[in-house]
Amino acid sequence: MYTRDPAFWRAAAVSSTLFMSAVLVILTVNTLQTISIGGSNVPTYDVINRQITYAYDPAQHEYVARAGGEELLFGRRYTEKEATALVARGKLVIQSRACMDCHTFFGNGAYYAPDLTRAWLDPIWASEYPGPKRGAAITAFVMHPFRIGFHVMPNLHLSKEEAQAVVAYLKWMSAVNTNGFPDGFGRAQSR
Amino acid sequence: MYRSQRLALKYFAAAVVLFGVMTLFGLSSAFYFVHPTFLLNTFNFNTSKILHINTLVLWLLMGFFGSVYWFLPGETGREVEGIGAAEVLFWVFCVVIAVVAAVFIVVQYGPGTEFTLWFINQGRKYVEAPRWAAIAIVVVALVFAYNVIASTVKSRNYSGILMVLILDLIPLCVLYLDAFPRITNMSKDLFWWWWLVHLWVEATWEILIGCIMAWALMDLLGSSRRVVESWLYVEVALVLGTGILGLGHHYFWIGTPRYWLGVGGFFSALEPLPLLGMVIHAIYDAGVNHMQASNRPAFYWMLAEAFGNFIGAGVFGFMMTLPQINLYSHGTQWTASHGHFAFWGAYACGVITVIYLAVQKTRGCSRLDGRAWKWSFALLNLGMLGMVGALLVAGIDQAFFERALGGSTWSAFVALQHQPWYTEGMWARFLFGLVFTAGFAVLAYDLITLGRIRGVEEAEPVKAAAA
Ligand code: HEC
Ligand code: HEM
Ligand code: HEM
Ligand SMILES: [Fe+2]
Repeated sequence: MYTRDPAFWRAAAVSSTLFMSAVLVILTVNTLQTISIGGSNVPTYDVINRQITYAYDPAQHEYVARAGGEELLFGRRYTEKEATALVARGKLVIQSRACMDCHTFFGNGAYYAPDLTRAWLDPIWASEYPGPKRGAAITAFVMHPFRIGFHVMPNLHLSKEEAQAVVAYLKWMSAVNTNGFPDGFGRAQSR
Repeated sequence: MYRSQRLALKYFAAAVVLFGVMTLFGLSSAFYFVHPTFLLNTFNFNTSKILHINTLVLWLLMGFFGSVYWFLPGETGREVEGIGAAEVLFWVFCVVIAVVAAVFIVVQYGPGTEFTLWFINQGRKYVEAPRWAAIAIVVVALVFAYNVIASTVKSRNYSGILMVLILDLIPLCVLYLDAFPRITNMSKDLFWWWWLVHLWVEATWEILIGCIMAWALMDLLGSSRRVVESWLYVEVALVLGTGILGLGHHYFWIGTPRYWLGVGGFFSALEPLPLLGMVIHAIYDAGVNHMQASNRPAFYWMLAEAFGNFIGAGVFGFMMTLPQINLYSHGTQWTASHGHFAFWGAYACGVITVIYLAVQKTRGCSRLDGRAWKWSFALLNLGMLGMVGALLVAGIDQAFFERALGGSTWSAFVALQHQPWYTEGMWARFLFGLVFTAGFAVLAYDLITLGRIRGVEEAEPVKAAAA
């Protein structure tokens, strides 16, 4: 029977690999457009000048992030170029301190500390520090973390400038649309 | 013995040492979960975990290199081409690992500059090694690929296994280039990062271990090449046929388009099929041989590989691969449960199999058996099953309370730390980690002494002497 012939299976291996790889390349090209800065799911970096919300959208049946009116960060209005530089710096700081080996970003990383996808919008910050004061509060936290739970965040010796860049990063990230992850964010508090 | 096989033994020795280092850092990482102020601000959890998962990747790579250097001369009937360079690079590899580990332990992290990424830490999970070290690893991998390709060409033996291996090594090396870029946009960063992580462990590594296990099967059980190669092709067809687009199960929630929910969910749900096929193959071979082999430890570890790969990767992966479940299981201890079981079953057990085969040949044991390997086999697997069981319970608890009910906020995370199933799960994981560590100690003892201090006699059961 032909199934006993290795050549049959070799042909199957080659063709399935080539076909699937081709599909992956096509989907990748398409996906890269969506996830580029300014693509349909990922805002430009100057979104840090605006108010971000993350709420349930009955039409889409999931939580959706939106950028609203102006809400300045650190009392400044950043140009697109400045915002891009600041957020890029934030990413560099995040990598240099390996935040991702304790925390998750979009649910990827380590499970020792809370998910940071919407940290900017966390009810603990949002309720205590509405509006313009929030940036300073989170900056102070990442420089000198305090403890509210069982796990503790160490002091990673961020300079003020580094900490502000990180906060800008968190604010930008909270505006990315992620098909509804995390679901129900903030629901327990608002009930 | 070929020089290549002597090099293989060095690689195996280094792999076992790193396996031990990895186990110790696993234990310390687990300890922070039950005692979070442990070494706080001196040696933080993230540093411990970086050492744990980087040594994991490295000892498995070393085990793979060793396995290929071990079998390659037999397959090509000649010394490996470029073996001199390979021997030098083994030592380079060891020195690089030692320096990187020392910097991680002492310096730990740096200022938010490019300098840190080049010389201290890149802060991207699994590939934290600074860029200079990543370049060195690329060189080692390229020479390894050259060894395989040039030896095959020189021998003119284009066997099925060798061709699959060569075609697999190319994407495997190319994907590693993903360890270098710094991308500000987290969606894009993670998009490419998953090409490395997923397309390594669920595609290229899976094929590589398939080639290695094919050689091991022929060596251990004398299986026919025709059958083994047919299975290898089936495996490639199914693993890559499902695993390439299965990549989509990591593209549900990182900013990527919605169609990945369907594509990733569908194809990754099929990924267990080839792994099931391998279990069937293993049961068949075990039956044909009436569960007997001249090298019992290798035989049992080979069965553990087949079952572990199917259950750890296939079944535990399947559990959370549908987007409806993954929305809540994503990034929890549930993930860690699957990650441990899968790496253990698919790769660690396979490398241990080949190490036992090499020990038998080099120490001149016609049969290999004894008591120590049974203890290490039992303790390691019991420890691993206990850990992944504990993590599964803790992870489901976390998915339910922190993700689904709590909405993944900071306070939901804090509240989780008071959930009894979660906290007890963290303790159970630590305790089973101790069992696992004991198993590692016996394994190391067995591998060092077998056929040496303890003599071949003890390694040889009484029955065999009579036969
Ligand atoms: C050693 C592990 C560790 C590292 C590294 C770490 N964190 Fe944390 N982080 C924690 C823990 C644990 C908490 C929760 C503390 C608590 O509950 O009391 C936390 C809390 C936070 C919070 C508040 C939670 C929220 O949802 O708003 C933010 C923001 C944060 N970390 C940002 C960072 C950033 C940015 C970095 C990298 C510069 C970082 N962390 C590195 C462990 C860590
Ligand atoms: C003594 C035994 C071990 C202990 C106590 C242990 C503990 C840990 C801990 C605490 C983490 C961090 C998880 C987190 O971020 O919350 C981790 C991660 C990891 N370990 Fe282990 N480990 C052990 C052995 C192993 C072995 C043998 C393997 C593989 C063969 C392994 C593979 C991994 C992987 C892949 C990760 C990353 C998983 C993920 O983040 O999803 N570990 N381990
Ligand atoms: C040998 C094969 C495999 C290995 C070694 C492996 C290992 C891992 C590891 C280590 C992770 C955690 C990654 C991280 O975030 O750091 C992971 C995640 C995941 N794996 Fe696997 N895996 C394998 C096969 C599979 C298969 C066959 C499936 C599906 C059927 C699967 C489904 C998943 C899913 C859905 C996730 C994401 C979990 C999350 O959302 O947090 N895996 N795998
Ligand atoms: Fe995957």
